[in-house]
Amino acid sequence: MEYFLIFIAAIFVNNIVLSQFLGICPFLGVSKKIDTALGMSAAVTFVLVLATVVTYLLQKLLILWHVEFLQTILFILVIAALVQMIEIVLKKISPSLYQALGVFLPLITTNCCILGVAIIVADPAQLLQKLPGDALQANLLTGTLFAFATAIGFALALVLFAGIREQLSMSRVPKAMEGTPIALLTAGLLAMAFMGFSGVVG
Amino acid sequence: MSNNLKTLTNGILRENPTFALVLGMCPTLATTTSAMNGMSMGLATLFVLVCSNVVISLLKNLIPDKVRIPAFIVVIATFVTLVQLLLQAYVPVVYDKLGLFIPLIVVNCIVLGRAEAFAAKNSVGLSALDGLGMGLGFTLSLTVIGMIRELLGTGAVFGLHIYNDHYASLIFVLAPGAFIALAYLMAIMNKIVKK
Repeated sequence: MEYFLIFIAAIFVNNIVLSQFLGICPFLGVSKKIDTALGMSAAVTFVLVLATVVTYLLQKLLILWHVEFLQTILFILVIAALVQMIEIVLKKISPSLYQALGVFLPLITTNCCILGVAIIVADPAQLLQKLPGDALQANLLTGTLFAFATAIGFALALVLFAGIREQLSMSRVPKAMEGTPIALLTAGLLAMAFMGFSGVVG
Repeated sequence: MSNNLKTLTNGILRENPTFALVLGMCPTLATTTSAMNGMSMGLATLFVLVCSNVVISLLKNLIPDKVRIPAFIVVIATFVTLVQLLLQAYVPVVYDKLGLFIPLIVVNCIVLGRAEAFAAKNSVGLSALDGLGMGLGFTLSLTVIGMIRELLGTGAVFGLHIYNDHYASLIFVLAPGAFIALAYLMAIMNKIVKK
């Protein structure tokens, strides 16, 4: 049950985009069509879970060698290298999946929700804050589940937003509000709707 | 001389990172809950921008073209770590407030964007000025957004009470208010610039 609550908390209550403000760039950038939004979400889910597991183990090594200050540098390098590797491996193993995700993979390195979640999960104190209830402990399992749930939350926000923007592109918008301003305003209303979930999971 | 001045003011007005280029949206929305927080975030980014622009401009002939992006990221990450440690040591209050968003300066598109678009092609002096201009532009817009959100949300600016907070609407300090305040500010900027 507690593991299920991780999902509710990360998807609805603390949605990564709409209440934590991580990953706004792809949220605004690739949300004009539902198809591209789905592709981006799949790529983010894939990389986010993998990167979180790798950086979690890496953090253990950093602590072992007393070089915690290298965290930022190493994490971003590992994420960049991982994205490259996934690209190469996918190209060989599953060309169809590579076709679907290919364009979005290089963009992911600079997606701040990957590095953000990696840093949260690597620090037990920060991870505990994000987990619902008191029964759960910060370990690799809960960290990975949290990363996966966060990615689903990102996907949900992105696809919802893309759906709204597809409709929005057909309606008349005041000249000064065209483009980014109206997108931000829509995101604001969406965030307000998600605020309704606050308090559902403590 | 006029060229130098132009490079400096470019980032503040004509190519303002937030309002004209729409880069670095995550810290812009997340850290502007108050004017003070917005300004601290802006200044931290300013420091990283100037330092990384200078170093990358110095190294531009040594870095092979193929690995330039990873090399730039390492330089940027070094300065971000420096800022992180300095803030933690000297202004722990700010460090706690900004939290996760300090290490995330690494993935701020403005920093890498200026390294790639400007510092990799121009002299050290100009790159420093460009970093300073862009950083000031970013700091200025973050401070303004922070002031507006703090004023509407709590009735104060920089902690100074302007009107009774009974009449303030807390929503502007919360997540939706960030999106809405920035949306209207951008619309106003569009209206002014296009005329």
